[in-house]
Amino acid sequence: MQSKEDILDQLFELIRPHSEQPIELSEQTRLIEDVGLNSMKVMELVMQIEDHFDVSIPLNILPDVDTIGEFAKHLETLLEAR
Amino acid sequence: MSILLEKFRPLEEMRAKLVASSGEDPFHVVVERVLSATEAVVNGRKVIMAGTNNYLGLTFDPDCVAAACRAVREEGTGTTGSRMANGSYAAHVALENELAAFFNCPAAIVFSTGYIANLGVLSTLTGPEDVILMDTDCHASIYDATRLGAAQVIRFRHNNPADLEKRLQRLDERASRTLVVVEGIYSMLGDRAPLREIVDVKRRYGASLLVDEAHSLGVLGENGRGLAEEAAVEGDVDFITGTFSKSLGSIGGFCVSRWPELEHMRYAMRPYTFTASSSPSLIASTRQALQVLKRSAGLRTKLWDNAKRLYQGLLEMGFDLGPEISPVIAVKLPVSIEETPALWGELLSQGVYVNLVLPPATPGGSPLLRCSLSAAHSHEQIDVMLKAFATVSAKLQPEHQS
Repeated sequence: MQSKEDILDQLFELIRPHSEQPIELSEQTRLIEDVGLNSMKVMELVMQIEDHFDVSIPLNILPDVDTIGEFAKHLETLLEAR
Repeated sequence: MSILLEKFRPLEEMRAKLVASSGEDPFHVVVERVLSATEAVVNGRKVIMAGTNNYLGLTFDPDCVAAACRAVREEGTGTTGSRMANGSYAAHVALENELAAFFNCPAAIVFSTGYIANLGVLSTLTGPEDVILMDTDCHASIYDATRLGAAQVIRFRHNNPADLEKRLQRLDERASRTLVVVEGIYSMLGDRAPLREIVDVKRRYGASLLVDEAHSLGVLGENGRGLAEEAAVEGDVDFITGTFSKSLGSIGGFCVSRWPELEHMRYAMRPYTFTASSSPSLIASTRQALQVLKRSAGLRTKLWDNAKRLYQGLLEMGFDLGPEISPVIAVKLPVSIEETPALWGELLSQGVYVNLVLPPATPGGSPLLRCSLSAAHSHEQIDVMLKAFATVSAKLQPEHQS
């Protein structure tokens, strides 16, 4: 099982190339306001994360996800349930 | 101004910028007068309409017009009620029976629009235990349906059966409770779904399949039934949705299924229950158009001939187009969003209306000049379109070289 820190580190790596400006990514970084993603890019990112972790991530989680930390929390639950 | 409206200020600023660069608002074109299935007056000028999805050109078919006139006189201007209350007339039921017979299906339901058909079917067919696995390029009505319903929603990469398989595999035992959703012809780039391969995958995992034939009804298949007919997989498609607002030239939507139990869903669908049914005139012209569509092999030949003529012509000019010849032809523009309205406006000034589509609504992120052809277009009209695009091509040249 992967620790929360492992998951976060991998998420930072996956998200970094999408950032328009070079910014420091943290648990508190917001995907839309800080990273600069639009709704289509967030959905594209979800597919990449699904493939990286080999897990299904329903788009239904997105309304509850604002920050990378919140995404990681959902991902952790999905990975545990796998 | 109401504080609630403040969030639309960026949209208004964007619109103002677009208008400033082309002198027109590409998203608020007013058709001042309709002249025929292919011509209209816009800004006081006669233009060829090359972005109307009027594939068979039936909007002025004399029999369809006569049927609509007769219905409005005999049954009035509207039903003023939903299908569940007072809005199911004999003609609505007759159209359902005719659609079921046309598709060789035991069940059909007619909705007020194609958008509402997708909203109703997708949101009701799947519940919290089920999964919708949709192609990334699916239409907004399919995306919106997933927000109305409770199913878990996952996307697969556009037209990629291997990616679909990977995702079905990941779902494990939930694969059998999954509805795969694809389109016959995708509305933006005009490409078909690789339906035989998709059917092969869905069969192996025991999933169900819904095909939205909005842009392919009357356009594909020997009898015009769409991509499922063309790919000879109709027996493996569980649900077909579609619209009356393209090849049938009116407004409305439908779902047919090889499963008679579709009928049970009728009164569970909120978008069916809580909106007024289609007016008698719309139902009457749709029924007549369906009769025309059944005998439309000649129109389809004309449509595809037109599509080839425009596609080849644009290709020879060096434009970057959608991946295959289709009645939907998308010209991908290698310019910024800000530069596109002027190019679109150039076409309009040359007497050609096409759709301007901007990211994020476009696949791949490039702005599109989206054309859709009709069997009613003449070769001369296609040549006018090509001439207009030649001026766009010339305007793009210096940019290419710099």
